[in-house]
Amino acid sequence: MRPDDRFYLPSHEWIKINGDTGIIGITDFAVEELSSGNEGDLVYCDLPETGRQLEDGETFGEIESVKAVADLNTPLAGEVIEVNAAIEEHLEIVAEDPWERGWMVKIKLGNKDTSKLLDAAAYEDLLAKQN
Amino acid sequence: MPFIQNTDADRAEMLAAIGVKSVDDLFEQIPAELRLKEALPIDAGLSENELRAEVAELASWNSPLAGAPHSKGSFLGAGLYRHFIPTVVDSLQGRHEFVTAYTPYQPEGSQGTLTVFFEFQTMVAELLGMEIANASMYDGCSAAAEAVIMAANMVRGRDRVVVSRGVHPHTRRTLETYLRWTGIELVEAPLGANGRTELGGLVDDSTCAVLVQNPNTLGVIEDIEGVAKASREAGAVSICSAYPISLGLLKSPGRAGFDIAVADGQSLGNPPAFGGPSFGLFACAQEHVRRMPGRIVGQTVDGEGRRGFALTFQTREQHIRRAKASSNICTNNALIALRGAIYMAAAGPEGLREVAEHCLAKAQYAAKALGDLPGFELPYADSGSFNEFVLRCPIPAAQINRAIDQAGMIGGLDLSRWYPELGDDLLLLAFTELNTREEIDRLVTTLANIAAAAPVA
Repeated sequence: MRPDDRFYLPSHEWIKINGDTGIIGITDFAVEELSSGNEGDLVYCDLPETGRQLEDGETFGEIESVKAVADLNTPLAGEVIEVNAAIEEHLEIVAEDPWERGWMVKIKLGNKDTSKLLDAAAYEDLLAKQN
Repeated sequence: MPFIQNTDADRAEMLAAIGVKSVDDLFEQIPAELRLKEALPIDAGLSENELRAEVAELASWNSPLAGAPHSKGSFLGAGLYRHFIPTVVDSLQGRHEFVTAYTPYQPEGSQGTLTVFFEFQTMVAELLGMEIANASMYDGCSAAAEAVIMAANMVRGRDRVVVSRGVHPHTRRTLETYLRWTGIELVEAPLGANGRTELGGLVDDSTCAVLVQNPNTLGVIEDIEGVAKASREAGAVSICSAYPISLGLLKSPGRAGFDIAVADGQSLGNPPAFGGPSFGLFACAQEHVRRMPGRIVGQTVDGEGRRGFALTFQTREQHIRRAKASSNICTNNALIALRGAIYMAAAGPEGLREVAEHCLAKAQYAAKALGDLPGFELPYADSGSFNEFVLRCPIPAAQINRAIDQAGMIGGLDLSRWYPELGDDLLLLAFTELNTREEIDRLVTTLANIAAAAPVA
């Protein structure tokens, strides 16, 4: 089962809320789709600068594999307060552990309304329907 | 190039292999009422000899830059320059492997063209003083416009671009077209009395890019280090449009501190050809590679560990990134850029320097002689120029050009066409290694005679 301590977007990003902070990353499904199962296939990740203000759903960066590139969207609005420097040189971390060590950005939440987001069960349903 | 013919016997063999009696049978599936029943109403065609004669007759209407009726010399530049093209350029470019090569999306079948463009990129980066270059743009104008778009993407939240009035008017108009619906404001920096760009207080924290050309359209050498510095201090991206041949002597944009360097490549191995086709050069620092438009060739190894080349960073391009691509450019003028590559390789840094020295020497010889003529002067002499300069004449430049034309030469550009605010008595003259001393002396004599004959104002 995918972690139920967080919320999801249909575009396969997740957000975990800790008080006023949101941690954002992508799901294992996203990694699979991008890298066709091969760990070395994620090649680049473009992350925003700290201080940048994001709206609900705004694209804050992109992740690139050998053959494709995908936008990274924030589930909730907020201000970027930290970016995961560890993955910049070692994108394989995202492939190995997309839920914890592979986090991408932390934001100071401007909006905590998760009603439009998917919970773990809804996300699983979405994936099941896609297959 | 191999010639593949189709004899009647070849056709019969092919039809037999397909299993039909005639070519018409292959179109059976198109409904009869849609098929053409009579011959198209066009002429029967000419024999090869008749065709050659007709085309030669049409070609004779041309007035080439170096041939009758202007075989006595041409001094026209203004963005396109008549330089020497060594024979090796035509003979290598004409090889059928190069002429027929297409876009190298499949590296396994394109190592020839990919290798050439990897070398091209390397030479362009060295020429412009930058870390990386792409596999060429369409021309200098679009290269500059793309550089501005790239700058706008590099610097978020700024919506003004400062462009020198000294940048070629075709480049400025192309830029206006590219920026039209982007919401980015184009601000023009004027030229001072010395012919150089005056940035004044125009570059500020709303500026995303500063574009200058060196030498500028007046032939004047700009204070490019000053422009790069002003741009850097305001946090804007600095872009320099350069004249490739001049880089045999002048400081490159990279060494002057610019972020992006672009150029029109016609002067490298290509004739002016009535305006084109040309190719564009585009170079910048390695860190900006993901924002750079155009094709990029990278070096790699194949499955057997052999060195090879392939297009890389394709995820920037529109066939993958679609609306979010860094640019919609999806091709280049490869054959023209190839000529540029052959020229650069044949000339090398020493050869390019020699060419540039000849150009400078001829221009300075001409400038001295023309400046000494009574009634003529060089308004921007103090600012320095390379192979092109402005001459103020005692009568309108248009009249001067007519007299030069009658003397069997092509004159310079009547500057009022692009800079009407400067008056109608300015002539922009260009000199290259192809202008002989005799030609220049003849030009000087012609102008001396015109001035002597003209009524004094």
